[in-house]
Amino acid sequence: MSQSSVLTQPAVDGEGRLPSAARLAVNRAGIELRQYFRQRDAVVFTFSYPVLMMLIFGSIFKGDVPHTNVPFTQYFTAGIAATGTMSVGFQGVAIGIASDRTDKTIKRLRGLPMPRISYFLGKLLSALTSGLVQLAILLAVSTLFFHLHLPTSAGRWLTLIWVFVLGLATCATLGITLGGMAKDGRSASAVVLPPFLILQFISGVFFTYSQLGPLLRGIGAVFPLKWMCQGIRSVFLPDTFQTQEPAGSWEHGKIALVLLAWTIGGLAVSLRTFRWHGKHEG
Amino acid sequence: MRKVWRVCPGYGTLSLMTAGDAAIHVRGLVKRYGDAIAVDGLDLEVWRGETFALLGPNGAGKTTTTEILEGHRKRDSGQVAVLGQDPQTAGRRWRSRIGIVMQESSDVYELTVGEIVRHFAGYFPRPRPAGEVIELVGLSGKERSRVSTLSGGQRRRLDVALGIVGDPRLLFLDEPTTGFDPEARRQFWELIRALRTAGTTILLTTHYLEEAEQLADRAAVINRGRIVAVDRPDLLGGRNLAAASVGWSDPQDGPQRAETDAPTKLVAELSARYGGEVPDLTVSRPTLEDVYLRLTGEDS
Repeated sequence: MSQSSVLTQPAVDGEGRLPSAARLAVNRAGIELRQYFRQRDAVVFTFSYPVLMMLIFGSIFKGDVPHTNVPFTQYFTAGIAATGTMSVGFQGVAIGIASDRTDKTIKRLRGLPMPRISYFLGKLLSALTSGLVQLAILLAVSTLFFHLHLPTSAGRWLTLIWVFVLGLATCATLGITLGGMAKDGRSASAVVLPPFLILQFISGVFFTYSQLGPLLRGIGAVFPLKWMCQGIRSVFLPDTFQTQEPAGSWEHGKIALVLLAWTIGGLAVSLRTFRWHGKHEG
Repeated sequence: MRKVWRVCPGYGTLSLMTAGDAAIHVRGLVKRYGDAIAVDGLDLEVWRGETFALLGPNGAGKTTTTEILEGHRKRDSGQVAVLGQDPQTAGRRWRSRIGIVMQESSDVYELTVGEIVRHFAGYFPRPRPAGEVIELVGLSGKERSRVSTLSGGQRRRLDVALGIVGDPRLLFLDEPTTGFDPEARRQFWELIRALRTAGTTILLTTHYLEEAEQLADRAAVINRGRIVAVDRPDLLGGRNLAAASVGWSDPQDGPQRAETDAPTKLVAELSARYGGEVPDLTVSRPTLEDVYLRLTGEDS
């Protein structure tokens, strides 16, 4: 232990400025991504998800979507992109926050001069980054091995970006809400799995939404995944496919509204319910 | 002296002098969990710049009190001012002046020492340079090592580094040397003394009475949610006034022991009796542990 080191005395008054909430969020995202990418097993799992899904669906469904000349690849690539986004945003963030509680990250963070919103935004930013990598892998694999036709117009890429970002923000805020309530990582995975599975079936992810009964369709339409799928379909499917959609159109405005409403609602609830101090702690 | 009274409303009777000198000021603190009373009318004063030890058995209310002072728990009643503000309502600026050293950590395994210290520095308005902090806690050679490769003692020193990198005025140290070997503990004490010399106020909770004796300017014993004694460790519980125990060996009668209020006089008599050196002479007062056990009622 070095006793010789010179300790700088704190400036008593006129202390420096506190870092902004936004800067802290970026710092959090940076350190979380660094930690994340060093956990090889988690990384491999996240990024092999779209590849595995493509392998499974690509070998089951061949040819075109019935009554259309649209290759199935275009359809389920959109679905996998949406569920992958939900997986990274919702499951990833919820379990991440619950694990932060288990391994005492949260206990450490609550003693720091950081607003909760920076912690949340840090989660969102790191989820956006890993979601983006996952999406890129999916598109690359689909294009190279499953004859996916990538969109050619700038407008469609723009649609992909906003649906992806907004969809991930929606899922991440809901993940924050649920993860904040969970006791630990294990209970969080138990809590997030059912909604994830059920929504996959009633949101028109892997078979066409219009085949579902009106009740299930109605339930699916309440939740974000249906709208994320629809938005991403509008990127990868021809506009003629709009006739297959329940509303007969891509409904971009409605997609944005539904996702925004969920995001704002989720954020409001998580800011109200999130506690640095878990109620299960002694 | 800074005018602290302006920022602690509700302290009608508190003098400017007192508020300015106290890093921690607690009056009549009460905290209940359901029917159980964890803290029962606790009073506490920790002066700026001192190292203050909080001693007490498990369940005495140490942790609850510390968590209330850190702003992590709400109190049921009483007055609390930490660095002149109520921890329950104080904001980020207040928090940036406080350092907390946690009891354990398993959250940063994948990062290197340098990365995590620099990251933590980023939360504070005027942090200490990360390299300086790493050197201070004796981890200079480990800057590029992953936290997962550190020994237990090195990890605790990293925890201290994370607690002080923001250059806090008040540092909470919770059971800092649990599980240390004696050598690591002595090194750690040097570090805490260096922080004290630099002017940091330190609130230390510990199970090790020797640690309190070595480090603390003053110590308080807490039992059943109340402070039962506060003093310098060598005066605590009237240790210095208690009868001394004098022991020696008589060539004929073997080991002898006498309790006396005048040990010097007895030793002089013994010295005369044995013609100079008293065989196997010892003079002792009650140890801090004796006092502690008496105060916390664990000897009965």
